[in-house]
Amino acid sequence: MSEHNKAPLLRLAGVHTHIGEYHILQGVNFEVPRTGVTALLGRNGAGKTTTLRTIMGLWQASNGTVTFDAADITRTKTPDIARSGIAYVPEDMGIFGGLTVQENLRLATLDGKFDEPRLEWIFGFFPALKRFWLRPGGTLSGGQKQMVAIARAIIEPRKLLLIDEPTKGLAPAIVQNLADAFVELKAKNTTILLVEQNFNFVRSIADHVVVMDDGRVVHSGAMAALIEDEDLQARLLGLHPVARA
Amino acid sequence: MKTKKPSLFTQILSGDFPRSRLLTLLLLGVLVYLAGAPFLFSGARSLNVAATICVFLVLAASYDLLLGYCGIVSFAHAMFYGIGAYGVAIALYKLGPSWSALAIGAGAAIALSAVLALLIALVSLRVKAIFYSMTTLAVASAFSALVLRLTSITGGDDGRNFRLPEVLTPGFRLFEAELWGTAINGKVLSYYLVFACSLLLFLLMLRVVNSRFGRVLEAIRENEFRAEAIGYRTLLYRLTANCLSAVLACCAGVLMAVWLRYVGPQTTVSFTVMLNILLMCVIGGLGTMYGAVLGVVIFVIAENYIQVGLQSLSHSLASVARLAKLFHPDRWLLWFGTIFVLSVYFFPSGIVGKLRELRIRFGL
Amino acid sequence: MSTASTSSSAATLADPLAALPGRKTDLVPLLVIVAFGLAAMPLIGSSSTWITLTVAALAIGMMLFIMASGLTLVFGLMDVMNLGHAAFVAIGAYAATSIVAPINPWLTSESTVQNIAAVVVIALVAMLVTAAVGWVFERLFIRPAQGNHLKQILITIGAMIILDQLVLVLWGANQMLLPLPASLRGSLLFGDVAIERYRLIAIGVGALVFAGLVLMLQRSRIGLMIRAGVENREMVEALGHHVRRLFVAVFVAGAGLAGLGGTMWGFYREQFTVSIGAEVLVQILIVVIIGGLGSITGCFAAAILIALSTNYVSFLAPDFALVSNILVMVVILLWRPRGLYPLAAQ
Repeated sequence: MSEHNKAPLLRLAGVHTHIGEYHILQGVNFEVPRTGVTALLGRNGAGKTTTLRTIMGLWQASNGTVTFDAADITRTKTPDIARSGIAYVPEDMGIFGGLTVQENLRLATLDGKFDEPRLEWIFGFFPALKRFWLRPGGTLSGGQKQMVAIARAIIEPRKLLLIDEPTKGLAPAIVQNLADAFVELKAKNTTILLVEQNFNFVRSIADHVVVMDDGRVVHSGAMAALIEDEDLQARLLGLHPVARA
Repeated sequence: MKTKKPSLFTQILSGDFPRSRLLTLLLLGVLVYLAGAPFLFSGARSLNVAATICVFLVLAASYDLLLGYCGIVSFAHAMFYGIGAYGVAIALYKLGPSWSALAIGAGAAIALSAVLALLIALVSLRVKAIFYSMTTLAVASAFSALVLRLTSITGGDDGRNFRLPEVLTPGFRLFEAELWGTAINGKVLSYYLVFACSLLLFLLMLRVVNSRFGRVLEAIRENEFRAEAIGYRTLLYRLTANCLSAVLACCAGVLMAVWLRYVGPQTTVSFTVMLNILLMCVIGGLGTMYGAVLGVVIFVIAENYIQVGLQSLSHSLASVARLAKLFHPDRWLLWFGTIFVLSVYFFPSGIVGKLRELRIRFGL
Repeated sequence: MSTASTSSSAATLADPLAALPGRKTDLVPLLVIVAFGLAAMPLIGSSSTWITLTVAALAIGMMLFIMASGLTLVFGLMDVMNLGHAAFVAIGAYAATSIVAPINPWLTSESTVQNIAAVVVIALVAMLVTAAVGWVFERLFIRPAQGNHLKQILITIGAMIILDQLVLVLWGANQMLLPLPASLRGSLLFGDVAIERYRLIAIGVGALVFAGLVLMLQRSRIGLMIRAGVENREMVEALGHHVRRLFVAVFVAGAGLAGLGGTMWGFYREQFTVSIGAEVLVQILIVVIIGGLGSITGCFAAAILIALSTNYVSFLAPDFALVSNILVMVVILLWRPRGLYPLAAQ
C-alpha cells in the first residue's frame, strides 16, 4: 500500500465562506479518505450544502484551502474542478427540463460521445432510464430525475462524487435503488461525499462520517463507531435510540 | 432615556446632514448663490442659469429617489418632466394667461403623471428589473413620438410659446424702486417662485428619504427577499416611490415652463435630457440627495463651457483631420457618454461619496 | 398568397418542438398571430393593400428577428441585458456602406448573379466587422459589470451613445446611402398585387437564419450547451464546460447577427442615419421580452407579431404606431407573463 493511496482524496483546511454579509463556513476542517462513502451530516443550516458548493467552486472560499488529490483547488474555476475529476449532484438535481434525458447525459460527457459499455453499466443500476431516454427532463418525476442526476455524475469516470441529499422526497423503493447504486460505485473505487439528513440511509452505506454544526465540523470518524455509540448519535444528531424488539 | 427635541435646523434637514465640512461649504455656497441670484449677477443669462439649476435640482433629486434609494433605472423621468411642462404650456396657450389656467394645467399634468407612473410600475415592476427599465424606455419613446406628431396640440418640433399671468411677466413691477440695483419685475418674481418651490420640494424629498418610508426603500434595494420576509409589501413601497418621483418630476416641468414661457421637445422629452438627468445623479452620488445638488451644479457649469472647450480644442487640432473630428463640438455626446460610463465604473459613490470619504480620512 | 407565406413560417415554428416526443406542440401563439393578421383585413379594407402591408411586415419582422436573436440568447444565457445592442445594428449598416465602393462593379452590373454575390459579400463583411466590434464591446462594457444589473443598464446605455457617436466620427453625420442593385429592385406582380422583390428576399433570409439557429440549437454540441446554459448556467459549469467562453462566442455571434440585420435594414431603407439603430431599440427589446427570454422560437413569433401590428397601425393611425407596440406587449404579458414561447419551466 503506497503512501499515495493512504493520503486523503479531499481535504479542507480552515475553510471560511462568506455569502454576502453572512459568514456561513467558519473554519471547516475535514478529510475525505480515498474510496468509500463519507457521509456529511448535520441539521438544517449547518453549512453542508455550502461546503459542497465551496468545494465545487460555485462559491469562493474566503479563507483556507481545499485540496483535491494533492492539488490546491481553492481558487480553481468550477469547470476545471469538474474536469479534474469531481462530479456534483445538487439538492435540486439540476436536471435541464428542456433537454431530453439523452441530451442531459450527453452534456455530461466531455467529448459528446457515449462510451457504450459505460452506458450499459449505468442502465444496469437504473434500467428505467431506457424507458424515458427521449423524454424531456421537465416531465420526469422526482425519483426519475434523481436517477438521471446520478447517471450524469458517473457517465464520465470521476474520482469524487459530491451528492446533496439524494433521498429527499423519494419513495422507499427508489431509495433502495440508490443505496444499491452507491454500494456498487464504492466497489468500483469511486469516492463519494454524501450529504444526508436520513441517518438510516447512510448508516448502511457510509464508511466514514463528518458531522457539522454552525459552519464547523464537530465530529469526524468511522461510521461503525458512530453506529455503536447511541449517546453520540443523540448528542450530534438529536436522534433517539430506536426501540428494539 | 429621554431624547432631546431636535433643533429646528435638524428638523428642516430631516436629520440628513452633509457629513462633510467641504460638502457643507459647497452646499451653503450654492444656497447663497441661488437665493441671491437676481442681485448677485446682472443679465438675463445668469438668472437663467440659476433658475435652471433650481429646476434640475428637483428633477435630479426626484430621480435619485428611484435610482439611488430604490435601485431601479427608469427612462421615463424626462417624460414626466415633459408632461408637467407641456401641461402648463397647453393650458396657458389654450385657456389664456390666468392663474386658473396655470392651476388646471399643472393639476392635470400631476394627475396624469401619477396615473401613468402607477400603470407602468404595476405592469412591469413585478417581473425582472430589466422589464421595468425597458417599459419606461418604451413608454417614453412612444410619448416622445406622440408629442412630435400631435402638432396642433403640442406645437410639434417647434414647441409652444405662451404667456403667463401678469404678475409674472417682465413688464410687471412690484414697486418702482430698485433693490440693490435690480428692478423687482415679474421675471424676478418668477425666479423667486421657482426658487421657493424648488427649495420646498427638495426639503420635502429630504423628509421622505429620511422617514421610515425611505429606510424601507433602502432595505428593499439592498435585499428585496429579506424585506419581503420581514413583512414589507415591497411592491407597494416601490409603486409609491414611482408615483412620488413622477409627480415631483412633473412639478419640475411645471416650474421650468413657468420660467421659460416656452416648451419644446428637445429640452423636455428628448433622450438627451434623460441622459443629462442620469449623468447628474451618477456624478453627484447616488442615494444621497445632496449628490443631486452637486451633480446639477457641475453639469450646468460644464454644459456652458464644454461646447466652448471642444470648439477651441478642435481648432487647435485642425491639422490632424481625424482627431479634430473626435473633438468637434457636435460630438460632445461622445465625451458625455464616456464620462458617464467612467463615472459608473470608477465613481459609483459619486462626488458626495468622495467628499464624505475625505471627511473620514482627513477630517475635512 | 401571403397566407401561404405566413403558414410556411408557421411550419418552421412548429418543427423544433415536434422533434421532441412527448411534448405537445404549442400552436396557440401561432394561431393568435394568424388570427391577428386576418382580423386586420376588414379594418384595412382592400385585400391588396392588406397583402402589401402583411408582406412588408413579414419582411420587417424577419429583420427584427435577426437583430433581436442575439440579444435574447445573450440575456437568456448570462442574464445580461445589453441596451447597447442597437449600436451593432447601426455599425452593420454603416460598415455595409463602406464596402459598396470596392464592390461597385458587381453591384451595378447587369448580371443578377453578380448582384446577389455583391450583396452577399457586403452582408458577410458587415457581419464580420460588427462581430469584431462585439468582441471588444464585451470586454470593455459587459464583463466589468457582470452580475450587477443596475450597472449593466447604465453602462450599456452609455456604451450605445459612445458607439453611435464614434460612428458619426468615422463616417460623418450625413445621410448614408445603401442602394439596392438593379436586379433586386422592383416588384413581382401577382394578379393586381405588387410585391417587392427585396421583401421576399428578406423573408427568405429570415427564414433561413431561423432554421439555421434552430438546427444549431437542437443538433449541435454548442447548441446543447446554450440550451442548457440558458436554463441553469451553474450546472453546465459543474459538468465541466466553460460557460464564460461560450457566452463570449454567443455575444459575438449575436452582434454579428445584429450587423446582418442592420445591413438588411439599410438596404431596405436605402437611406439612413446613425439613428437607424436607436429607432429599433425599443422594438427589439419588446420582441425579446414578449418572445420569452432566451427563446429563439419566441423571438421569431414575437418579431412577426410586432411587425404586423406596427405596420397595420402605421397604416390606420400613424401617430400611434409606437403606442400600439406597448399595447401589444401589455396584452401578451397579461396572457402569458413569461412570453409567447418561454423556455421549459425550471
